[in-house]
Amino acid sequence: CQLFGYVGIEAVLDQMKIKTMKTGFEFNIMVVGQSGLGKSTMVNTLFKSKVSRKASQPGQEERIPKTVQLQSVTHVIEEKGVKMKLTVTDTPGFGDQINNENCWDPIIKYINEQYERYLREEILITRKRKIPDTRVHGCVYFVPPTGHWLRPLDLEFMRRLSKIVNVVPVIAKADTLTLEERAEFKQRIQEDLKTHAISVYPQEDFDQDPDDRALNDRIREKIPFAVVGADQEHQVNGKRVLGRKTKWGIIEVENPAHCEFPLLRDLLIRSHLQDLKDITHNVHYESYRVRRLNES
Amino acid sequence: QNDGYRTLSLSGHVGFGSLPDQLVKKSIKQGFCFNILCIGETGSGKSTLINSLFNTSFDDSVSTHFLPNVRLRAQTYELRENNVLLKLTVVNTVGFGDQINKEDSYQPIVDYIDAQFEAYLQEELKIKRSLFSYHDTRIHACVYFISPTGHSLKTLDLLTMKSLDSKVNIIPIIGKADSISKTELQKFKNKIMSELVSNGVHIYQFPTDDETVSKINTIMNGHLPFAVVGSMEEVKIGNKMVRARQYPWGIVQVENENHCDFVKLREMLISTNMEDLREQTHARHYELYRRCRLEEMGFRDIGPENKPVSLQEVYEAKRHEFYLELQRKEEEMRQQFVQRVKEKEAILKEAEQQVQTKFEHRMLMHREVKLKLEKQKKVLEDEIAMFIEKKANAELLQSQASVSTPVVSLKRDKDRK
Repeated sequence: CQLFGYVGIEAVLDQMKIKTMKTGFEFNIMVVGQSGLGKSTMVNTLFKSKVSRKASQPGQEERIPKTVQLQSVTHVIEEKGVKMKLTVTDTPGFGDQINNENCWDPIIKYINEQYERYLREEILITRKRKIPDTRVHGCVYFVPPTGHWLRPLDLEFMRRLSKIVNVVPVIAKADTLTLEERAEFKQRIQEDLKTHAISVYPQEDFDQDPDDRALNDRIREKIPFAVVGADQEHQVNGKRVLGRKTKWGIIEVENPAHCEFPLLRDLLIRSHLQDLKDITHNVHYESYRVRRLNES
Repeated sequence: QNDGYRTLSLSGHVGFGSLPDQLVKKSIKQGFCFNILCIGETGSGKSTLINSLFNTSFDDSVSTHFLPNVRLRAQTYELRENNVLLKLTVVNTVGFGDQINKEDSYQPIVDYIDAQFEAYLQEELKIKRSLFSYHDTRIHACVYFISPTGHSLKTLDLLTMKSLDSKVNIIPIIGKADSISKTELQKFKNKIMSELVSNGVHIYQFPTDDETVSKINTIMNGHLPFAVVGSMEEVKIGNKMVRARQYPWGIVQVENENHCDFVKLREMLISTNMEDLREQTHARHYELYRRCRLEEMGFRDIGPENKPVSLQEVYEAKRHEFYLELQRKEEEMRQQFVQRVKEKEAILKEAEQQVQTKFEHRMLMHREVKLKLEKQKKVLEDEIAMFIEKKANAELLQSQASVSTPVVSLKRDKDRK
């Protein structure tokens, strides 16, 4: 139908914004990888504050646990009037044992437990106005910078997890690879993922329209991002930048020429955060629900 | 507010301040659903008002006054303003208030609203469901047209609104308000509001808890019910064309706030509170319906020993019920099938019987005719035999006669004769 004049339908967008800003957002991210790959530093760099597990338990000696233990830390951060309840789940002990068989089981169990919790709340007769959401929206998997291929552990983990959660693989500590080595490594990883039919975020199946597809194709070309994390500032050309200072130079974390951290940050936070949550809710949670309700 | 979690301060720009924009971008793509139900007597100005509100002409035929009962007619339109897509559904009550006996007038409306809730609930309870692409037909706002009598609410109005106030957001308005004078109008509004309060009817209150809108909403709440005039015709006033109704004694301008509350209604319904109307429908009215319905179906949150009922039991019960229903339906179908087969058998048997009777009858006739023909054949054969005998005798006599006398000439004479 043709509108003959101004109606004011657009105003509903502002109404939505106001409403969401009042209720606030929840975001749950999980970091998986062997110890020493820079997971905690990365998370702190992403959210520009000490949100990691280590930071909240200062003074505790770092000891590799005998089994994979999941630890979640929740903080509230605010920017431009938007309040976010951020939960970071760390997985110390993953891939650190001599025999790492089934080390992904506690992680899968944790993810499914969160789905279960949500399902139980949803199924109540008298249910809460806003169901607390502890489901993992994104799982960042840290691949060690070997420069060769994905290891069996990487493949096993990603294969299983990409079926139940959004997996974002990254090449950790990428400052040990030159740009050419990075490109080759990425190429091989992409081939590996394709060969084993592992579908990482953003998944091709969930592109909604040609615009989405174009945008996500550009991202998919660059996955996995080669990242470097740093939480210390240094002086470069008169500016304060976050970076790692080495004898041969300062690696600027937020410089796209040095590493792809900005791409990861943009993907996870600035452009696709809502999408991560939507896919978790509309796809992964629904699959869990179907499986659960079909078993008797 | 923070549920006891530590608040951290950011040491730099992170970027999640764009979250509301990300959310809004997605909603724009998917589009919004907004469903309005208009209740009012035939001729109270419903269609004109909706056309005026949304500044477009929805094709709608004028209804007659002679419908036997109240029917609801829903029409869905897609409106686009800049890049926002709105799927608007307007539901009209056709024949409301026209009948002589209006006892059941509001029931079809209640049933319709419940049916939309039911459809959503069924989708929500499905195992394999697609809620994010579900076309939401639940009524978000019910605009109730009060006749501009100037006195008070009619009994039908009170009854209808009372039966709907726990199911839908009711926004009462006075339609065709250009027939009431200014002084009468305020008295009328006060009377209506006090009647609503004294009868315990809960109409929709514009929300006042958010500072950005609480001031304007509070003012607007005080102007309820809105006295509106609708028009799709334009009249020239000064050097502008405005929408108005032209009378010999003056021009009533639709968008002039001194003339009527149309602008207030449009602002409240669309610009300021559309999202709240949708949220109230989902979070309050729908949840109430769902709770009642699930309890009706036998679900409980707490089991008999005050322990929470496990998920398994809840769905097992539903599955069991479904299975029983399936069995019952199967049995019913089987019975029907058996019945039909029997009936068909009987028909066929009768037909067979008829064919058999006909066949026997025809056989009988055939036999009779055959007998008859055989008799005739016999008679003819006898005649032939007699004739041959006669002929033989004649020839014999002839041969005897020819020997004695020249019978030949006699025969020839005979022949000649």
